[in-house]
Amino acid sequence: MVGVRIVDRRFDSKNKSAVNRSRFIRRFKSQISKAVAEAISKRGIADIDNGEKIGIPAKDISEPQFRYGRGGVRRDVLSGNDQYHTGDQLDRPSGGAGSGGSQASQEGTHEDDFAFQLSREEFLNIFFEDLALPNLVKTQLTRIEEFKRVRAGYTQSGVPANINVVRSLRGAAGRRIAVGSPYRKALRELEEHLARLEACGDGDTREAQELRREIARLQRKIERVPFIDTFDLRFNNRIRIPAPSTQAVMFCLMDVSGSMDEEKKQAAKRFFMLLYLFLRRTYQHIEVVFIRHHTQAFEVGEDEFFHSRESGGTVVSSALELMHKIVVERYSSRVWNIYGAQASDGENWDSDSPHCRDILRDEILPYVQYYAYIEITAVEPQNLWHEYARVRAAYPERFAMQRIAGLPDIYPVFHELFRKQLA
Amino acid sequence: MVKRKNKPISTQSDWTFELIARYDEEIGRVARHYGLDCYPHIIEVITAEQMMDAYASIGMPVNYHHWSFGKHFLATESGYRRGQMGLAYEIVINSDPCIAYLMEENTMMMQGLVIAHAAYGHNSFFKGNYLFRTWTSADSIIDYMVFARNFIAECEERHGEEEVERLIDSCHALLNVGVDRYKRPPKLSLLKEKERQKEREEYLQSQVNELWRTLPVRPGADKDEPPARRFPSEPEENLLYFFEKNAPLLEPWQREIVRIVRKIGQYFLPQRQTQLMNEGWASFWHYTLLNHLYDEGLLSDGFMIEFLQSHTNVLYQPPYHSPHYSGINPYALGFAMWRDLRRMCEAPTAEDREWFPEVAGGDWHETLDFAMRNFKDESFIAQYLSPKLMREFRMFAIVDDDRRDKIQVDAIHDDQGYRALRQRLSDQYNLGSREPNIQVWNVDFQGDRSLTLRHFHHQRRPLGDTRDEMLNHIANLWGFPVRLEEQDEHGHVKLVREILVDRRRTR
Repeated sequence: MVGVRIVDRRFDSKNKSAVNRSRFIRRFKSQISKAVAEAISKRGIADIDNGEKIGIPAKDISEPQFRYGRGGVRRDVLSGNDQYHTGDQLDRPSGGAGSGGSQASQEGTHEDDFAFQLSREEFLNIFFEDLALPNLVKTQLTRIEEFKRVRAGYTQSGVPANINVVRSLRGAAGRRIAVGSPYRKALRELEEHLARLEACGDGDTREAQELRREIARLQRKIERVPFIDTFDLRFNNRIRIPAPSTQAVMFCLMDVSGSMDEEKKQAAKRFFMLLYLFLRRTYQHIEVVFIRHHTQAFEVGEDEFFHSRESGGTVVSSALELMHKIVVERYSSRVWNIYGAQASDGENWDSDSPHCRDILRDEILPYVQYYAYIEITAVEPQNLWHEYARVRAAYPERFAMQRIAGLPDIYPVFHELFRKQLA
Repeated sequence: MVKRKNKPISTQSDWTFELIARYDEEIGRVARHYGLDCYPHIIEVITAEQMMDAYASIGMPVNYHHWSFGKHFLATESGYRRGQMGLAYEIVINSDPCIAYLMEENTMMMQGLVIAHAAYGHNSFFKGNYLFRTWTSADSIIDYMVFARNFIAECEERHGEEEVERLIDSCHALLNVGVDRYKRPPKLSLLKEKERQKEREEYLQSQVNELWRTLPVRPGADKDEPPARRFPSEPEENLLYFFEKNAPLLEPWQREIVRIVRKIGQYFLPQRQTQLMNEGWASFWHYTLLNHLYDEGLLSDGFMIEFLQSHTNVLYQPPYHSPHYSGINPYALGFAMWRDLRRMCEAPTAEDREWFPEVAGGDWHETLDFAMRNFKDESFIAQYLSPKLMREFRMFAIVDDDRRDKIQVDAIHDDQGYRALRQRLSDQYNLGSREPNIQVWNVDFQGDRSLTLRHFHHQRRPLGDTRDEMLNHIANLWGFPVRLEEQDEHGHVKLVREILVDRRRTR
């Protein structure tokens, strides 16, 4: 009897169901997109590394079969009789018709949603479908100022430090063989001739003497072939290729003065979160700088940014100045892609707004990839909005502004700001 | 206490390939000792993810692509991640050689249990039971699945994924009414399938064309015309088969896909008809085989305790008022019935002799083997469910008639109730009474080409809320108006639903 055949399949065909899975997602795209948009509103910024568990209505994805509905005569055999006798009459359990308590209890649970897990990739793809970072491609091509050096074969000239010894000696050996071989061939023939003469006892004849001289001459010639020549030298070659920067920094600027209530802050948070998620899709490394301000601006941690509340007036320019300072000190725009997002309720000291406009236009916008301003207010725009509108006129491709009335507007506004532009 | 002369095969919970081979050898030896007749088998070790894959694509190692399998995968995955549900321990494929999957994460005990349960239990059932013998061709199913996947992939390339998907959706909806319950299918074979497919395409199309030919009627011929010809001449229960052969607007490749889905559905019919027997049989044998090995001293006490724990979990029958109750657990009842059969042979009581004179005191190997080969759930229960088991399960039967205010208990586990209970439970396992009986009644092929389906009422039970959706799927396949009639038990017929489509116009 031979032993059983055991096949180890653990390492083959991973992700066999990926096709079926992607078909499922394609087919229920609209329901899934909706669920994703809902899910996003429930998460914190930090909490996006996982895929998202989402649920879509089970009735939309049911696979129907012919089956019985309620009514008519149903018969059933059950187990665990503890009290009944033939002929007993029972009340119908509420909910389920007829099979004891089972159906009623099942109906109590949430069967209406089909819940499943999307991978982070799938989640973000669905969420940011049809969106694009404005100017991303253009700025990458025009503003590449980072280079990295990569190996690119060998050259015949270079600095001694870059000599590649193996390559050089290999070339030298080849050259020595090539240059010396005619002499060696002649030498071999003469030596054989001489050996024959010596074997016949003619070693002292004139012919032999002549041969010896000739042999010595050839040997000298061979020795004179240089062991290594400048011609043999090979140098490691390195070239510089432009490297697009893969890191980004995102500035979140928020007004925390008395007029920004909790609801407005929540709206701002959603917005920042969306931007963060969105950037995450494009850049390998992202840093987030939180700046909150009332009459003064401070750089704070995420927690404090969203949760503490100050009162008092508003000087928006303080935040812009701080952002500028941080950019200059820590984020050279040559290696960083800089994004700015500012949220405010639009209130500002009247005399400060023109100042904001100037800082933004002259000191910030030249360095950033994109700057988005959202104003969370239901009332008419005030002076800050009007000043910013003039900035927009100057930098239409890098600066965007939108007004949000409440939480439900966030997503459409975000879509609006980052709409894929059909070039 | 049996004297232990052997050392346990293993005592740790990690498995190795050597240990699996060793366990398989010992279990196989004992299985042969008991005369189990199995296909040769292959053991495949897979990861949890692969198990979910296999589970989602109806247990087949190869299958065509469809979103519904993706849906099942996601459902299984999220259940598994939440820890709500353990994965099925085992998937075993009714093929020759039989393939049993072992999951990497399992302990050595679980691997042993699955080998005994699947590679010997289910395997011998597949090989022996008459339904599997007549309905499935174990030697060619994998080839057929390969053919199906390639054919459907080709169609997707040629006609577009979505078009194919819509068609498969409709076919899947009709799976349960796409089986022959009485006829026997020809053998499946990859080569023959391929060779014949082309032929069949042409032939089928010509037949359909014949059926739908519209020749100008010669003047004067009217008088001799026979009364309207009925089509089909007999009502057809296999809706998918009917569409494959007769739907007027399907193209040859579409007919082939209908056929593929139908064939695969047919292949799984025996599994649905013998679930209780099959699972009970496999459980009976893992229990018997592992206990035998334990008695020989080859299994450690730890192994046995772990085994019994998982064994009893699966075979638990909650009472009707428990929140976990969802009908009679087929594993529990199946296992109990096989054990009971053995008991009746080995230690019959007076009651057994009265109820089962042909079984009581007989040879248990032969009795079980005979029962395994020649029954399905419905007849197995009708034949072998003993009063003792009905008492043990404390079974009772209820009638819920919507014309009465209350549910009535009409039989319990007592002398008056045994036969009725057994009959009722047997009925419950009859697929014919579990699923609505819907047949193709007539095609108006001289008029508007409409298709009439008839639902034959059983106990006045109406169709569920999927009815309209189902009719849409049927209309999608048929391409012309579809009507659904109901015929009650007194023969009265009424039209319940009509869907007016004419796919020619939208094309």
